[in-house]
Amino acid sequence: MSTPPSARDEILARIRTSLGDRTSTVEIPRDYHRTGGSPVGSPELLELLTDRLVDYKATVHRATPADFAAVLASVLESAGRVVVPAGLPDGWAPPAAVVDDGSLSWAELDAVDTVLTSCTAAAAETGTIVLDGSPDQGRRAVTLIPDRHICVVRADQVVRGVPELLGRLDPRRPLTFISGPSATSDIELQRVEGVHGPRKLIVVLVSD
Amino acid sequence: MSQVFLGMPAHSSPGVGALRGDQTFPQAARTALADPQLRRNLGHATGTIRAKRLAVVSELDDWEQLRLAGQAIKAATMARLDDHLARLEQEVTARGGTVHWARDAVEANRIITELVQATGADEVVKVKSMVTQEIGLNEALEQAGIAAWETDLAELIVQLGHDTPSHILVPAIHRNRSEIREIFLREMPGVDPDLTDEPRRLAMAARSHLRRKFLSAKVAVSGANFAVAETGTLVVVESEGNGRMCLTLPDTLITVMGIEKLVPTWTDLEVFLQLLPRSSTGERMNPYTSMWTGVSPGDGPQDFHLVLLDNGRTAVLADEVGREALHCIRCSACLNVCPVYERAGGHAYGSVYPGPIGAVLTPQLTGVEQNASLPYASTLCGACFDACPVRIDIPSILVHLRARHVEEYAAEHRLPSAESLAMGAAAWVMSSARRFGFVTRTARLGRVLGRRRGRIRSLPPPASAWTATRDVPLPPTETFREWWLRTRGES
Repeated sequence: MSTPPSARDEILARIRTSLGDRTSTVEIPRDYHRTGGSPVGSPELLELLTDRLVDYKATVHRATPADFAAVLASVLESAGRVVVPAGLPDGWAPPAAVVDDGSLSWAELDAVDTVLTSCTAAAAETGTIVLDGSPDQGRRAVTLIPDRHICVVRADQVVRGVPELLGRLDPRRPLTFISGPSATSDIELQRVEGVHGPRKLIVVLVSD
Repeated sequence: MSQVFLGMPAHSSPGVGALRGDQTFPQAARTALADPQLRRNLGHATGTIRAKRLAVVSELDDWEQLRLAGQAIKAATMARLDDHLARLEQEVTARGGTVHWARDAVEANRIITELVQATGADEVVKVKSMVTQEIGLNEALEQAGIAAWETDLAELIVQLGHDTPSHILVPAIHRNRSEIREIFLREMPGVDPDLTDEPRRLAMAARSHLRRKFLSAKVAVSGANFAVAETGTLVVVESEGNGRMCLTLPDTLITVMGIEKLVPTWTDLEVFLQLLPRSSTGERMNPYTSMWTGVSPGDGPQDFHLVLLDNGRTAVLADEVGREALHCIRCSACLNVCPVYERAGGHAYGSVYPGPIGAVLTPQLTGVEQNASLPYASTLCGACFDACPVRIDIPSILVHLRARHVEEYAAEHRLPSAESLAMGAAAWVMSSARRFGFVTRTARLGRVLGRRRGRIRSLPPPASAWTATRDVPLPPTETFREWWLRTRGES
C-alpha cells in the first residue's frame, strides 16, 4: 500500500490538470501612473496630504523644524498619559511618558491615553501613513490600543501615490497603513469615526 | 492496489458551509421582494455606495489602465498558480509561519479546529472573512466546543441577530438602525438599556462589548485580501481596527485563504491597493491595512498558520471561460450596480457569495447542477462588467454557464426536455395548414386560464416550468387567419 497523497500534492496536481498545456505568457501593461511627477515632499503634496487627512476627520498641525518642539508641546498638552516607543528621537517624548520596551501588557497600554510615534512614509493622494515597526514607531500594539495617536510626518517622507509608497517599504516588516482614524459605515452606510482602533488621529507635518 | 488518478479537480464539500441555499433563486427572491423594509434598506445602501464609488473612481485619470493591469496580473497569477503557491509556502515557512493545505471545507475546518485545540483556548476572535463563512467554520468550531466571536460590526450584527450575511462588504446591509438597536438590546450582554438607534451610539456599544475580548484573546482567525507569492506577505484590508486587534494582540493567528487570492509580486499590490478601496467602500483608501510576513519577533502573534483552501477552486480553474471568476477581489462593486441584487438582496442567492459575481462563482464551486438557478439570476445588462475593477466579463460567464447547465442536464437525463417536446409538437402542427388552423383556434380556450387578469400566471406541468418565472399573455380572441377571413373575405 502506498501512503495517500498529501493535500498539498493533490491540490497542486489538480491545478496542473485544470490548466492543461500552458504555452502563452501574460504580458502585464503597467502604463498607469507609477510616479506622480511631483518631487517628494513638495508643497503641493503636503497640501494634498493635509486635505485628505482632514477629509478623513484627522487633525493636522503644520510645523517647521524651528517651531516643531513648540507645536508638539502644545499638541501634547491635552494628551493625558502618553506612551512612546523606545526609539523615538531625543526630546520628543514628554517627561512623564511611559516608554514601551516591549514588556507592557495590553492592560497597561489600555490605561494610557495617547501614543506618540514617527512614521515610515506617507502617500498624499490617498492620505495614507505607514508604520513599519521601526524603533521610532514601535510594535503594532503600541499604536493600536491607546485611544489617540499622534504621528509625526516629515516632508521628505511624503510621496504622491500608492506605487511610490510601496516602493519605499520593506514587505518583510510588519506594516500598518493608516488612512484616518478607525471608522465604520456598517449602519446604513453612515460613517462613524472611531470604533476599535485609535478614535483620534493627530498628524504633525514637519517641513521647511 | 488500485491506481487512483491524482489531481482530478473536485467541487466544494457538499453539506458543509454556505454555498448552497435551501431554495432556488426565483423562490427565494419572491420572499425577498415581498419585504418592503428590505427593499428600502437595500435601495438606500446600494444607491449611496454607487455614488461614492463613482466620485472616487473619477478622480483617477488612469483608472482604466489600472483595471487592465489588474486583469492581466490575475490572469498571470492563474496561469502559474501552482508555482506561485509553492513560492508563497516557501516564503511563509522561511519566515517562521506554518502552511497547511485543505482540499475542501471539511479538511480546512478539521485543521483549524485542531490548531485551536492545540493552544488550549476555547474561544477565538475573528476578522470578517468570506472564506470562513464559505466553509462553515463557526459551526464546526462550535461543535468542538469553541466559541467564535465575529468582531466586524456588521458581522457582529449578523451573528447576534442569528442571521446570515447579505452583502460581501456590508453583511448587515439588510438591517436598518432601529433593527440593529433591537438586536443589541436583546443579545448584547451588559448593554446600556438606554441605547438609542444613533449609529455612533451603536458603534460605541460594539466597541465596549468587544474591547475585553480583544485584550484577552489567545487565538484569532482571519481571512486574507491578498498574499504576495514572492515575499510571503499577507494583507488584510479593513476599516474599524478590529482586524488590527485580531492580527496583533493574540498569541496565535490562523489565516484561511482561497488558493486564488495571491498575487505574484510585491509591485502587483500597487494596482490592487488602488482598485479595491475605491471599488468597494468608495474611499480613496480604507482606514487600515495590515501586512505581515510570517512571524515578526516581539511584534504580533508568535505562532502563525496559513491554511490554503481549494474547496472547488481547482474545478473553476478547469473551465477556460469560467475561471475568470477566480480573479474576483471581493470588492462587491458588482452587487451595488446590479438591478437584480438591488431588488432581491443577498439572501436570495443562497450563498455567501451573492450578486453577479456569486451567480458565476457559486455554481462553479459547487457544480452547476447544485445551483442551477443562479446563472439565470441576471438580466445580462452588463453593469457588473463595467464596475468590476479587474474586468471580469460576468455576463459572458453567465451565458456560458447557462449553456453548460443545459448541456449537462440533457446528457444526464436521457428523456427529452419539455422544451424539445414542445418544439417537436410545434413542428408537427405547423407542417400542416389544417392542423395549424385547428390548434390556433383551440388555443383560444386558454383564455379561461387568465380569467380577468389579462395574463396567465401559471400553466400545468410541464409548461409550469416556464410560468414559474414569467406570465404568459392570453391567446387572442381571434386568430390571424380568422381576422384575415373576416376583413378581406373570400375572394
